[in-house]
Amino acid sequence: MNSIFDIIGPIMIGPSSSHTAGAARLGKMARCIFGAMPKRVDMTLYGSFAKTYKGHGTDRALLGGLLGFREDDERIRNARVLAEEAQLDYTFIESPLDIGHPNVVKFDVYGDNDRYMSVVGRSLGGGQIMITEVDGHDMSITGDEFTLVVFHSDRPGAISLISQALSESDINIASMRVFRKEKYKDAVMVITTDSVVNPVTVQFMRECPGIQDVMTFEAL
Amino acid sequence: MSYTYETIGDILRLAEEHQISFGDVVIRHELEAYDRSEEEIVAEIKRRLAIFESSIQDGLNHIERTQSNMSGGDAATLHAGKPRLMSDIAYKAMTYAIAVNEANAKMFRIVACPTAGSCGVMPGAVQAVAEEYQLDADAMVKGFLASSGVGNVVANRACVAGAVGGCQAEIGTAACMAASAIVEMLGGTPYQVVQAIALGMKNLLGLACDPVAGLVEVPCVKRNGVYAVHAITAAELALAGIESQIPADDVIEAMNNIGRAMPAALRETSDGGLAVTPTGLAIAERVQSL
Repeated sequence: MNSIFDIIGPIMIGPSSSHTAGAARLGKMARCIFGAMPKRVDMTLYGSFAKTYKGHGTDRALLGGLLGFREDDERIRNARVLAEEAQLDYTFIESPLDIGHPNVVKFDVYGDNDRYMSVVGRSLGGGQIMITEVDGHDMSITGDEFTLVVFHSDRPGAISLISQALSESDINIASMRVFRKEKYKDAVMVITTDSVVNPVTVQFMRECPGIQDVMTFEAL
Repeated sequence: MSYTYETIGDILRLAEEHQISFGDVVIRHELEAYDRSEEEIVAEIKRRLAIFESSIQDGLNHIERTQSNMSGGDAATLHAGKPRLMSDIAYKAMTYAIAVNEANAKMFRIVACPTAGSCGVMPGAVQAVAEEYQLDADAMVKGFLASSGVGNVVANRACVAGAVGGCQAEIGTAACMAASAIVEMLGGTPYQVVQAIALGMKNLLGLACDPVAGLVEVPCVKRNGVYAVHAITAAELALAGIESQIPADDVIEAMNNIGRAMPAALRETSDGGLAVTPTGLAIAERVQSL
């Protein structure tokens, strides 16, 4: 049986767990993945997000998340003004395309020195979310647990290198999935762990042969 | 000792076996299953009860309309007036429940209970009863515990999402959660708690989810007020010793079966019911061009 706080909860800013709370979490996750305060974000909304985002405050929730607010932070209500104060440029684009899920958003995120990243995510209902794509790489990040995203070359041994580094730091892996575009091309490992992975271990992983980059995310 | 429960019947049996209340079973299970102390659980419940109250105040104090202009200010109108037909408790429950859903529609902080669309029923009903009977925080904690056990059973054995089971799954669950909380708070027996659940859910089966313009406003906001009163009715029946001929677990199963038999147009798609009336469609068009 679930915890009593799953049924009387979450604590959130209204009006909709999928269109508001989920949107705030998507924005926050996009900010975490970008790793810095963006200068400009173009958000393309699909499906029900595109049709009902104004009435559900989805726009303000996405911006609030990008500003680092949690889904229960009342500053979400004024997020459009606060985004301007934070010199965050933004646009919302309503896409007529049906891409197979009702609540999808694509973030095109721009930062200092022409840095660019694209992040695609969906709101699953009840405030739950999933990031499904980063810079064109398929992946799945829910933000519910500490998460490592490892970009690597698809070669034998990469997975054992990473799992060994984790086990040597006494970190228990909760789940692991590998995504790749083609055999022997770039691949992405998404690993959730029962505890926080320390920066020394992360740096060690980054320096391993075949590992291109490692990102870490705290639970949202 | 295991307090594991799957059904309302399980909770009733455990309560009677151990001669404890319905809500006591729920907290004993929570202690067994999760790594939290009783003090931590009670503190978290009180934190959520405090948000129930702040949502009521937000709804009463902010009388501006929503962006869609479909809701806002009705709770304040009721609060400034007096009941003509209803008891003070029912009137207050209705007012508070509408206040919470107005707050929700205007992006204030709420606790989903079990969903955001149905977040007013439980705070409205419970706060009204607590104020009128001058019950303390501990009594409200007991009510919270009983109702969360009820919600958990419905979520596990049926559904609480309008997109899956229609409004009966959202408001229906909220109403029988609130009814169970009231009976528990007023010292009813576990058997009476179970009757309140059955009577609450049984009398709103089939309720469709047909929100205008896809927003959580029409019919949601006022419906929370109406079903907070419904929860009080179910609790009143149960406390008077009235029994449901159909047991609570069977009623929950019926709700699930009805929900899944409902056409998609009546399950939160805004393709049926109120949403596609001439006025509903006109509002949707206006909202779309905002």
